[in-house]
Amino acid sequence: MATPAPRAPDARVLIVGGGGTGAALAHDLALRGVRVTLVERGELTSGTTGRHHGLLHSGARYAVSDPESAVECIEENTILRRIAAGSFEENDGLFVALTEEDMEYLPAFLEGCEASRIPAQLLSPEQALRLEPNLNPSLKAAVRVPDATMDAMRMPLRFFATARANGAEILNHMEVTGLLIHGGIVSGAAVLDQVTGRDAEIQADVTVNATGPWSEQVARMAGVDVPIRPSPGVMLALRGRLCNMVLNRLHRSGDGDIIVPQRALSIVGTSSWVVEDPEELDVPQDHVRRMWEEGEKLIPAVRGARFRAAWSAARPLIGSRGADTGRELSRTFKAIDHAEADRVEGFVTITGGKATTLRGMAELCADVVCRKLGVDERCRTRETVLLPHTAHYAA
Amino acid sequence: MDTATLPEPATTTRTLRVSRFSRDGRPPRFEEFEVPVTEGTTVLEALRWIRVHRDAALGLRHSCFHASCGTCGMRVNGREVLACVTDVASLGQGPVTIEPIANLPLLQDLVVDMASFYARFPLPPPLVRTSELVSASELPEGIDAHERFEDCIECGLCLSACPVVATDETYVGPAALAYAQRLLEEDRGADRAAILSWADDDNAAWRCHAAFECTEACPSDVRPAERIMALRRELVLHRETVR
Repeated sequence: MATPAPRAPDARVLIVGGGGTGAALAHDLALRGVRVTLVERGELTSGTTGRHHGLLHSGARYAVSDPESAVECIEENTILRRIAAGSFEENDGLFVALTEEDMEYLPAFLEGCEASRIPAQLLSPEQALRLEPNLNPSLKAAVRVPDATMDAMRMPLRFFATARANGAEILNHMEVTGLLIHGGIVSGAAVLDQVTGRDAEIQADVTVNATGPWSEQVARMAGVDVPIRPSPGVMLALRGRLCNMVLNRLHRSGDGDIIVPQRALSIVGTSSWVVEDPEELDVPQDHVRRMWEEGEKLIPAVRGARFRAAWSAARPLIGSRGADTGRELSRTFKAIDHAEADRVEGFVTITGGKATTLRGMAELCADVVCRKLGVDERCRTRETVLLPHTAHYAA
Repeated sequence: MDTATLPEPATTTRTLRVSRFSRDGRPPRFEEFEVPVTEGTTVLEALRWIRVHRDAALGLRHSCFHASCGTCGMRVNGREVLACVTDVASLGQGPVTIEPIANLPLLQDLVVDMASFYARFPLPPPLVRTSELVSASELPEGIDAHERFEDCIECGLCLSACPVVATDETYVGPAALAYAQRLLEEDRGADRAAILSWADDDNAAWRCHAAFECTEACPSDVRPAERIMALRRELVLHRETVR
């Protein structure tokens, strides 16, 4: 593990939000020698981070419609396999064409993958069936890409563990009740320790809002607006591994078009809609039924599989209030310096993005934070191998 | 896709008796909450409802919502379960009693300190192992073996259910022993002699009373008790070989 840069003596950053983005940001800043405190009101990764289907994106899903995200995904996919080896089922993925309409999408898909430098190998139905015998035998073609399965909680825990080892303070069960604001400057946050019931104040030169789909609510505490649309999706966990590789439907994003094998489960995802408040998410039964129906098109054995769980998770998508289903919104990310955007100093929001791009989001945000602090240290997270997740629990 | 186009199932009210604890010197006590539930509402969703609508300070761990992360282990009506895959409707009639898992230090309400869970392991447990193949799968070019995450989700339910751990915390317990057996079962470059020597101890493989409560409690089909028995067999064979 790399030793962190010498402490920047006066620079102190408060990160609000203990999901993957906050984890990677705490790690990045700690490596640059910045004093970091991260607060999370619940358990770490209890918001969106822990709840996703566990896909390490190759970027192929976005190769046609969202090339910016596609490039981000393949770059980060490659980096994460290096710095967090052992946190992924590295079995690759297939994009499977089932209909003539899917086949019409194929040329654009292959071109998109090439343009974004995503390795893509066209397979015949026979080749695909030899790799995945449970696939719908009437498939027309398949494309192999470097998708993988991640442990949605333990991979981010490795960022937390490494950040802590480099001096970051990670405080869970610590809720932000308000921001400290004087004369248009945010100087930290008022917090409530859920374990002791005590109130406290945490002073910081820069406070970062890394709360994913909650980032609009936290930004409002600073009197600013961030254009976030919490966009939930339903997922269905089935008992048993129905495939070894990640199976995607080769078409424009739609409901129930991915099956992620994970542990002893197969996860079918997902749907997409838009809500105002990500706190309480419905699990609409018609969406769950849709997962069964669409999943069965990719793997007929889905029909006979045993139910394990159905749940919803809210994506933090960047978009205006006009957004309808969330499908039309980009999966890219943004770091917003509210001094530039809203004339509120000391406050930065990092949002959008995906679990796959957590490190890249952190680098972008840490660059913004360090510029504000006058810290001149480069990002070192691309080459720093992370500690095992168990190090997070070490005393 | 339209949301919630179907009529919502009927809502009933259930009483949850939730164990509350803060480190103020007082022992844990129960607090009752009336919670609306519908068909399929899980214990985790019911507890989240309490956090959102009744008491934001209710201490609770959760992450994945599908029995893959292991954070929401607790005792519900006296049995070790994952709250995220336990339907309230499956718990019969009457109040539902919810307590933290046992045999680990209690931090707050339903939150235990997992540090002493991991401290029992001989070395950090790896996450990934070779996957059993889906029948007749061919390996894609460039991949040595299909791999998958371990069944053990490190939830601590086996430790909570173990009657031996309950009386003696120096016993390393089922999760760590099952893990040691997995390392021997599949050659992953681990130091076999070191693992066998770690397991060959009065506080390790020989301490189990074969109550099989761990296997009963395991939500992830690890079958720790059977693995402890297999580990003993391995230890006996190893001794004979050494002689």
